[in-house]
Amino acid sequence: MIPLLLGITFISFFVIHLAPGSPTEMQTMLDPKVSMEARARLDKMYGLDKPLPLQYWNWLKRLVALDFGRSFSPDGRPVLDKIKDRMPITILINVLSLIIIISAAIPIGVLSATRPNTLFDKTTTIFVFVGFAVPTFWLALLSMILFGVQLGWLPISGLKSYNFEQLSDLGKFWDYTKHLILPVLISSFGALAGMSRYMRANMLEVVHQDYITTARAKGLDERTVIYKHALRNALMPVVTILGLSIPGLIGGSVIFESIFAIPGMGQLFYASVIARDYSVVMGILVIGATLTLGGNLLADISYALVDPRIRTRR
Amino acid sequence: MKRTIILLLLIVLAGACWGCSEKPQEKAKEKAEEPTASVQQPVQEQQPAQEQQPAQEEKPATENEPAYGDAMRVGSIGDASNLIPMLSSDSASSDINGLVYSGLVKYDKDLKIVGDLAESWDISDDGLVITFHLRKNVKWHDGEPFTANDVMFTYKTMIDPKTPTAYGGDFLQVKKAEVLDDYTFQITYEQPFAPALISWSIRIIPRHLLEGKDIVTSPLSRHPIGTGPYTFVKWTTGQEIILRSNPDYFDGRPYISEYNYRIIPDLATMFLELKSGGLDWMGLTPLQYKRQTDSESFNKEFNKYRYISFSYTYLGYNLLLPLFQDRKVRQALTYAIDKQSIIEGVLLGLGKVATGPYKPDSWVYNPQVKKYPYDPEKARELLKEAGWADTDGDGIIDKDGSPFSFTILTNQGNEQRINTGVIIQNNLKQIGIEVKVRVVEWAAFLKEFIDKKNFEAVILAWTTPQDPDLYDVWHSSKTKEGELNFISYKNPELDKYIELARHTFDHEKRKEYYYKVQDILAEDQPYTFLYVPDALTCVNSRFYGIEPAPAGITYNFTKWYAPKPLQKYNVEP
Repeated sequence: MIPLLLGITFISFFVIHLAPGSPTEMQTMLDPKVSMEARARLDKMYGLDKPLPLQYWNWLKRLVALDFGRSFSPDGRPVLDKIKDRMPITILINVLSLIIIISAAIPIGVLSATRPNTLFDKTTTIFVFVGFAVPTFWLALLSMILFGVQLGWLPISGLKSYNFEQLSDLGKFWDYTKHLILPVLISSFGALAGMSRYMRANMLEVVHQDYITTARAKGLDERTVIYKHALRNALMPVVTILGLSIPGLIGGSVIFESIFAIPGMGQLFYASVIARDYSVVMGILVIGATLTLGGNLLADISYALVDPRIRTRR
Repeated sequence: MKRTIILLLLIVLAGACWGCSEKPQEKAKEKAEEPTASVQQPVQEQQPAQEQQPAQEEKPATENEPAYGDAMRVGSIGDASNLIPMLSSDSASSDINGLVYSGLVKYDKDLKIVGDLAESWDISDDGLVITFHLRKNVKWHDGEPFTANDVMFTYKTMIDPKTPTAYGGDFLQVKKAEVLDDYTFQITYEQPFAPALISWSIRIIPRHLLEGKDIVTSPLSRHPIGTGPYTFVKWTTGQEIILRSNPDYFDGRPYISEYNYRIIPDLATMFLELKSGGLDWMGLTPLQYKRQTDSESFNKEFNKYRYISFSYTYLGYNLLLPLFQDRKVRQALTYAIDKQSIIEGVLLGLGKVATGPYKPDSWVYNPQVKKYPYDPEKARELLKEAGWADTDGDGIIDKDGSPFSFTILTNQGNEQRINTGVIIQNNLKQIGIEVKVRVVEWAAFLKEFIDKKNFEAVILAWTTPQDPDLYDVWHSSKTKEGELNFISYKNPELDKYIELARHTFDHEKRKEYYYKVQDILAEDQPYTFLYVPDALTCVNSRFYGIEPAPAGITYNFTKWYAPKPLQKYNVEP
């Protein structure tokens, strides 16, 4: 795994440097008040005038000591601080989203599979595909207008209200929840389709297996057959998907975060790329790569744990 | 399972409703604002109103008089980056620094230089020495007194090679800087340098907190201490910055007690927040100004302001190319472009035709320059004189076998520029010129195309300088890679006037030189100057004291106020 990680950092480093522009250029270009000497001075200070492989080597040396360096942007803050600022909210929204997706998609999938081609199945299919096709930012704006401007039930953007500090603890909790309702619901809406269709397909496959017929023949009631035997087997791939979605937890959608004014990882990554803030971009990529590799490993392991058939295949 | 889902949904809905009804006061207050804002009734639904209660019981005779209190909520699409003024160049940091810090001088409403931290100043007869007499009894936000030593420290920081600032240029012209006494600061220049005076509007930083420390890692970048009208309270990264009025501000305590800077990256969301009362002040696009803010309720709740903005948009020609080297060709192109229809189409009429690099109401603006009204016939004539005619009947004029065809380049993300390019493409088609419009991402645009002069024509904009000095953009010495005269315009006569104007303080002389400069540019047309857009803002109507002037509306922000009965947020003054 380590060589893989090294390779990833190597490729990422060189690719981001392929893009024209450097962090100091982004800050100073087309600014009449900045002289060429000033720009050269900035370059030297950040070590951007050294040859590329040397810059990579310096970065790697610091990384081994878990020093992600400082951001190239004017705030010069340590990269880890900037990431730590934004991770919690991104993870929170993603986790809540995931919970909603699973608790909605699984039942929908199961019910669609057990009643294939009925009105229920057909309507839910249309419903989830609409959710899949609708652009989330458009839906976000519409719901902001409806729930925020016209009905006034929910706040429009951000994470807390103006009078947050003056609220009681319970008040604070409610305020926070109200701010999160729209972002979480809308971000789950799109992903619902995929998960529920997948669940439905799995369930359909399992339900046609021999052992289900056996269970029915044994005289077990339908409830037990479906929820105890079939579901367990159909859930297995879902577990692996969970493992694979771990790296997704730290990624935010920049469009989504921009619309809801949520200071998350998506915005940080996008803004850093646009500003060519190399250290922040590399920091996020390294964390993301580590999580992806870890998530993959976890998914493999859990698949083996959950499915005895795989275990025995040595 | 289905029942479970329905139950879950019901619980969520119920929770949302309960959460809303828990705070009837706040909700009622925000709803009530819309109809009652213009009616002078005491707004009772303010939260725990302690000392304010008595003032509201009686029908106030002091209805519209200046009062302390309330908060101004403003939106920004980007977060600030660094609150030490010389270390950042983004507009969000600049907005905040403008309120927290002060410079020695500033512009008043008519764009004349007046004192800020400096009470007065003397300029020696030869224009080489400026002596500032500083205000006494000014305190930093932490209570320490402000002295000339702080100015000296700021100057030293600007020229220090270890300071990662982009703005040291102006200060490298200084030959000598001296602290004559606690309140007198003197600077000597190598030669008279007209932009020198306004260069001292840079924000002064506190010596007692930064001397001897590394400016890059100073906590002041997140928690600034200045001498300005507002003190820093809190910065929640990525969300908001809160400032409070400085009770000891030397120019009088600001009326508005709190400045709440909200970071909302999406303009559509910002507009919704504005409409629902979550923001009090926002810059509008022409579309929003003209079509989306027309309702009666909006006009009652907000006042819209329109004034000439500090920028102009142009079509720049790469003068290294043989295609654009003949002046007649450039003049023809300017005649062929219908600038008024660009203003109608792109800005919905909210702008003016640009004739040069200056703001139409600036003191150096020359109203007598040669104008180029839309005249495709004249354009065709001039082109013919320059040797261009349609000899092969394909609809495109040509010369020596090659057709007149070029690409206009502009940057991604700016709808107005792209639309302008399309209109120009159409205009030029009418006279037989083929134009393609190409859009490139900003960084690539600058690095690969502008810097390397790898372009034919560009649509870009400049902010109009506050000091009329044009050296950096128009002088022939500024044509190297990465510099601002990227169209490679070299005119020794223009150079002469720019240099003369730069090195004298004589107002009348400078005006004369700059008039000449504008005449030359109008005759030569190295750019086709397109338009000066209007700045369009709206501010919540509860704020009084706003007066549009040549400097815009923000010059007297500390004098804006919300009369007591109209105040929305209960902020202890």
